[in-house]
Amino acid sequence: MIRTLWLAAALCILACDVRAADTTDIRIGYLRQGGARAAISLLDIPAANDGVAGARLAIDDNNTTGRFLNQRFTLDEHELKDEDDPAAAVGTLAERGISLVIADLPVAALLKAADAGRARGLLLFNVGAIDDRLREQDCRANVVHTAPTRSMLADGLAQYLAWKQWRKWLLVVGSHDADKLFADALRRAAKRFGASIVQEKVFEDTGGARRTDSGLTQIQSQIPLFLQSAPEHDVVVAADESQVFATYLPYRTSLPRPVAGSAGLMPTSWDSSHDQWGANQLQNRFVALFHRRMTARDMQAWMAARMIGEAASHGAADAKATLDFLKSPAFALAAFKGQRLTLRDWNLQLRQPILLSDGRVTVSTSPQPGFLHQFSELDTLGADRPETKCRLDASKG
Amino acid sequence: MWRGVLLGTVLAIGLARPAAAVMAYVSNEKSNTVSVIDTDKWQVVKTIKVGQRPRGIALTKDEKYVLVAVGDDDTIQMIDTKTHEVVDTLPSGPDPELFVEDPGGKLLYVANENDNTVTIIDIDKRTQLGAVQVGVEPEGMEMSPDGKTLINTSETTNMAHFIDLASRKIVANVLVDSRPRFAAFKPDASELWVSSEIGGTVSVIDPAKHAVKHKITFAIPGLRTEAIQPVGINITGDGKKAFVALGPANRVAVVDGTTHEVTKYLLVGQRVWHMAFTPDEKYLLTTNGVSNDVSIIDVAALKVIKTIQVGELPWGVTIARH
Repeated sequence: MIRTLWLAAALCILACDVRAADTTDIRIGYLRQGGARAAISLLDIPAANDGVAGARLAIDDNNTTGRFLNQRFTLDEHELKDEDDPAAAVGTLAERGISLVIADLPVAALLKAADAGRARGLLLFNVGAIDDRLREQDCRANVVHTAPTRSMLADGLAQYLAWKQWRKWLLVVGSHDADKLFADALRRAAKRFGASIVQEKVFEDTGGARRTDSGLTQIQSQIPLFLQSAPEHDVVVAADESQVFATYLPYRTSLPRPVAGSAGLMPTSWDSSHDQWGANQLQNRFVALFHRRMTARDMQAWMAARMIGEAASHGAADAKATLDFLKSPAFALAAFKGQRLTLRDWNLQLRQPILLSDGRVTVSTSPQPGFLHQFSELDTLGADRPETKCRLDASKG
Repeated sequence: MWRGVLLGTVLAIGLARPAAAVMAYVSNEKSNTVSVIDTDKWQVVKTIKVGQRPRGIALTKDEKYVLVAVGDDDTIQMIDTKTHEVVDTLPSGPDPELFVEDPGGKLLYVANENDNTVTIIDIDKRTQLGAVQVGVEPEGMEMSPDGKTLINTSETTNMAHFIDLASRKIVANVLVDSRPRFAAFKPDASELWVSSEIGGTVSVIDPAKHAVKHKITFAIPGLRTEAIQPVGINITGDGKKAFVALGPANRVAVVDGTTHEVTKYLLVGQRVWHMAFTPDEKYLLTTNGVSNDVSIIDVAALKVIKTIQVGELPWGVTIARH
């Protein structure tokens, strides 16, 4: 009798243990680098939580689902200073038992983090760097990219300009490295989609403040002067990721021409005004939590954390299982862009439509009608499988 | 003589409006109207001005009202089926989209997309009775034929939630493919079908086991798979034939209710959302969001026989005797 009671008690303890252990903790690391980004317009100065706010919202969304699956998601945020070693930060996260890391880092730091994470079995999600080389010659088998590439952005814009038959471009390029990379992508896009660049101009960044007490008096006369000798063109296309001049172009061109690229009609993965395909619901949730609007970087981080959530709800418990799921046909991300997003298995880039925004509304979404592809029309955006330089098997990942 | 003719005319006019005229009500999401289609003439006979962004639309069990969720006004409007006037509203909670009535016609269950809840409304008293917390972005709503279980699908959580109505508690959650938008029971309650708009599939769920037993997939030659986005599902009363609206694929799939095989694709208007049978199940009406029209499918012949222009961006449809 006493023995039976004891047995029952032991069983109960076991059962209780099982129940407590039932909840699976999914801990996600978030690595980012601080530092202010300059912008001409006050509206373009990023919030301190730009990017990570999107991941936090996705954690909330994952946890709503997790309630039904006994899964609990948490975000372990880690901000790097300029002098900090990304490899050491990855080591710290690994020691805490984290194998899934969302990274909002520039190229060099991202590669260091990826290579340090490889030995420890970490899977990284690149949500900030749009550099093509991270998906091409420098691709890694342990880095998934939710940020679009420069070439995806440029192709999305070029398809729309082709649809409009604005085929003659005046290309204005900034003097920073990132500007030159975007210009490369725009040149490639022009060639792919039948546009011609009638002239290229370089806008030198001579330093100086974005805001001055003397105001815009000089800019009003400088910009038309800068553009006045250009041959006949349909549109001014600007490559100015550093935000030195492009925002000054609209309404100040020499000829009355629309502006696209880094100002005017801008290609992006997300815009705070985007409200199609149910996006309004996500925008509302975001504003309710953070009291500001959702940016492209926020969205890229949201998608990364949601991809992890999707993999977890399909039973993936570690980095390897997560990546296997994301590469499988079972994976489809719903991200309010009118169609499912999937992963390019040759370089781990998330396929996605590119929104074209004028900063007020979504003007159009690429791929544009008529740009066909044998596998997925989303693969008309950016480097496609036959042209990729990425070799995941041979990569350091 | 003249008097006789006049009397005859009056009688004819009186008889020309038979009590059993069947009307279809189509919610036009963009133009904030409901188009009323006479299904004998296949003509729009009235356009009713409603609130902002009308989407979900359904006839009440007592057939007195057509309810239409006007999401941007955070309410459900009641259209009198006799007068075709908006006569009252229901306190639906924020951003109502789809809803379902209990078999007794007393309670209405509404999906509120913005705050992850299902709101319960007493229809007669026009009051809220409570709410159930569900997944992220609740959308599809369906009642089990015995009235005991409510089904809600949540678009970002990607689940069908089974809610026991006696306790108002979730008793099971079934994972389906991305963005589940609509749920429909087979009339004999043996299967629950759930469409996944982004996943591109229909999950056939065993409601007793709470498990997906089959996934219906769709393939249309020459059409990219991303364009195949299943939304509305309508199953015939005998459970033998099902119709699945495929969104921007501009087609309705005809599915064998027993084998789950797709037997035919019917080309309809652009971006087909939802559908409704006429009471005799001779015809199925589809709302075509981008082409601003309604396609009429002959259910026996499996042919589209007519297209009717309605308001801008038609979304939902329900059918009532007038």
